[in-house]
Amino acid sequence: MSFVFSEENLAKIEALKLRYPSPAALSLPCLWMAQYQDGHISLEAIEVIGELIGTPPMEIYRVATFYTMFHLEPIGKYHFQLCKTLSCALCGKAEVLEHLIQRLGIRPGESSDDGKFALSQVECLGSCGTAPVMQMNDLYYENLTPEKIDAILESLEGEHR
Amino acid sequence: MRECRIVSQKFDIYQSHKLDIAKEHGAYSSLKDAFALSPHEIVEIIKLSGLRGKGGGGAPAGAKWALMPQDGAQTSYLAVNCDESEPGTFKDRQIISKDPHLLLEGIIITCYAIRSHSAYIYIRGEYSQFAKILQEAIDEAYGAGILGADVMGLGYGVDVTIHRGAGAYICGEKSAMLESLEGKRGHPRLKPKRPEPEWYFGNPTLVNNVETITTVPYIIKHGANGYRAYGTEQSPGTLLFAISGHINKPGVYEAEFGTPMMEYINRYGGGIRGGKKLKAVIPGGASTAVLTAAEAECAILDYEHMRTIGSALGTGGMIVMDEDTDMVEALKNLLEFYHHESCGQCTPCREGTGWSDTLLGRVLDGKGSNEDIDKILELAKTMDGQTICVFAPAVAIVIRAFIGKFRDEFEARVNR
Repeated sequence: MSFVFSEENLAKIEALKLRYPSPAALSLPCLWMAQYQDGHISLEAIEVIGELIGTPPMEIYRVATFYTMFHLEPIGKYHFQLCKTLSCALCGKAEVLEHLIQRLGIRPGESSDDGKFALSQVECLGSCGTAPVMQMNDLYYENLTPEKIDAILESLEGEHR
Repeated sequence: MRECRIVSQKFDIYQSHKLDIAKEHGAYSSLKDAFALSPHEIVEIIKLSGLRGKGGGGAPAGAKWALMPQDGAQTSYLAVNCDESEPGTFKDRQIISKDPHLLLEGIIITCYAIRSHSAYIYIRGEYSQFAKILQEAIDEAYGAGILGADVMGLGYGVDVTIHRGAGAYICGEKSAMLESLEGKRGHPRLKPKRPEPEWYFGNPTLVNNVETITTVPYIIKHGANGYRAYGTEQSPGTLLFAISGHINKPGVYEAEFGTPMMEYINRYGGGIRGGKKLKAVIPGGASTAVLTAAEAECAILDYEHMRTIGSALGTGGMIVMDEDTDMVEALKNLLEFYHHESCGQCTPCREGTGWSDTLLGRVLDGKGSNEDIDKILELAKTMDGQTICVFAPAVAIVIRAFIGKFRDEFEARVNR
């Protein structure tokens, strides 16, 4: 399996190179683009990125494994990331987590067999005023309750019909 | 307690993130005043204003700006820290989504003052929907000739680039942020012996928090004394304090330094949820020493006072805990956070955060002993002052405050 950046992403990368003193700075932006493109970051993508920005692939790999948000393995399409840090814990995170586990049928750290859902507990999302909070893919869902989780899941079902 | 709106002036205006609406309410109006001054004069004004870094450290901003070379011989950079990840802190997010143009206005002035033409906004990866709002504001500003080769026809060019992090708390530490901005792991750098600028690919660089930079236009417009009209002598001005936890109206509310903590909690926060009694407050983000209710009663929100009571103002993000809070569980929650977020570069931190988390887990499961509690305190000692950055010393502070002030709760767990 090989990895190729889309034309659009390649153009973005070239434009970004002009903004930085060194192309080496682009490892995070490139890793993001690869992840959005494939859903995860493959070793092939890491090699391509290394070549593009003149950094050894091993260094890109080191970087990719340092940051929590990069996935080197495929992960469920809808990634529920519930904040577990103090303000959320004080404001009812446990109940929301139980409900998520029940509804999704998976535990934190797992993806569903059909590849549709993934569940994680994450550290502070910086949204303590609207705790409990989760991020589902790129969007925040705040002031969560079990009912809100149900509504979110229903809207996702709607997307699939 | 006075109402003050320096950074949050446009927060309640509908769609104030849009350029035309922001401009109707005065956005970019300080630029003409700023460019009538020399870069050196702006640095002097910032020094006189007493503006202090609002990301948690509280270091004088003017002194930091003055470290930047003024001869223009070397390319220099501005890196704006929007890696807001300190538990209890959620203020930068309000700025970039509600008034991004005020931030951009501050960036332009700051760049001019330090003779830089490039600014990066390093924004935590999770904030992607807020980064989108900010990017739209940047695009609008480019379209209107406010950013780019010639800022509003004033003969100075500024480029602004958003750089997205990917979920590492440590990248909020300024040197780790620059490492990450260079495309590497976010490992903090050794501190220099003497004051000097930060370095980005070997070029002099200024790092400031989003809120610090967003305060700059007000100071240019109203002068150093206009800013000093708020706050205290040593902690002038205002801060976007935040409040969360067991509180009726959690949120971000701007207040001047010197405001009594309980007044803030009761007036803005609307008091403790469910009419419960207060047990403890973490005053300025998770990494500041927890205060008992009695300490919170007398606490005043400024850098100096918070230090005299053995804690710190930090980011001003208060986490309120009511009488029913289990302090052992609360500390366990924070130790899990530090365990997960230690960058792993220094052994005392990498091992200390892990072992203290594990030992407290044992106590929490009822399998611990008094020696375990003492061992956690001993680990705190090994983490304090032995590492490259202040992450581990902060963990030591957190452990000592929790166990020191609520030891009976910890001992009750082992005696069960």
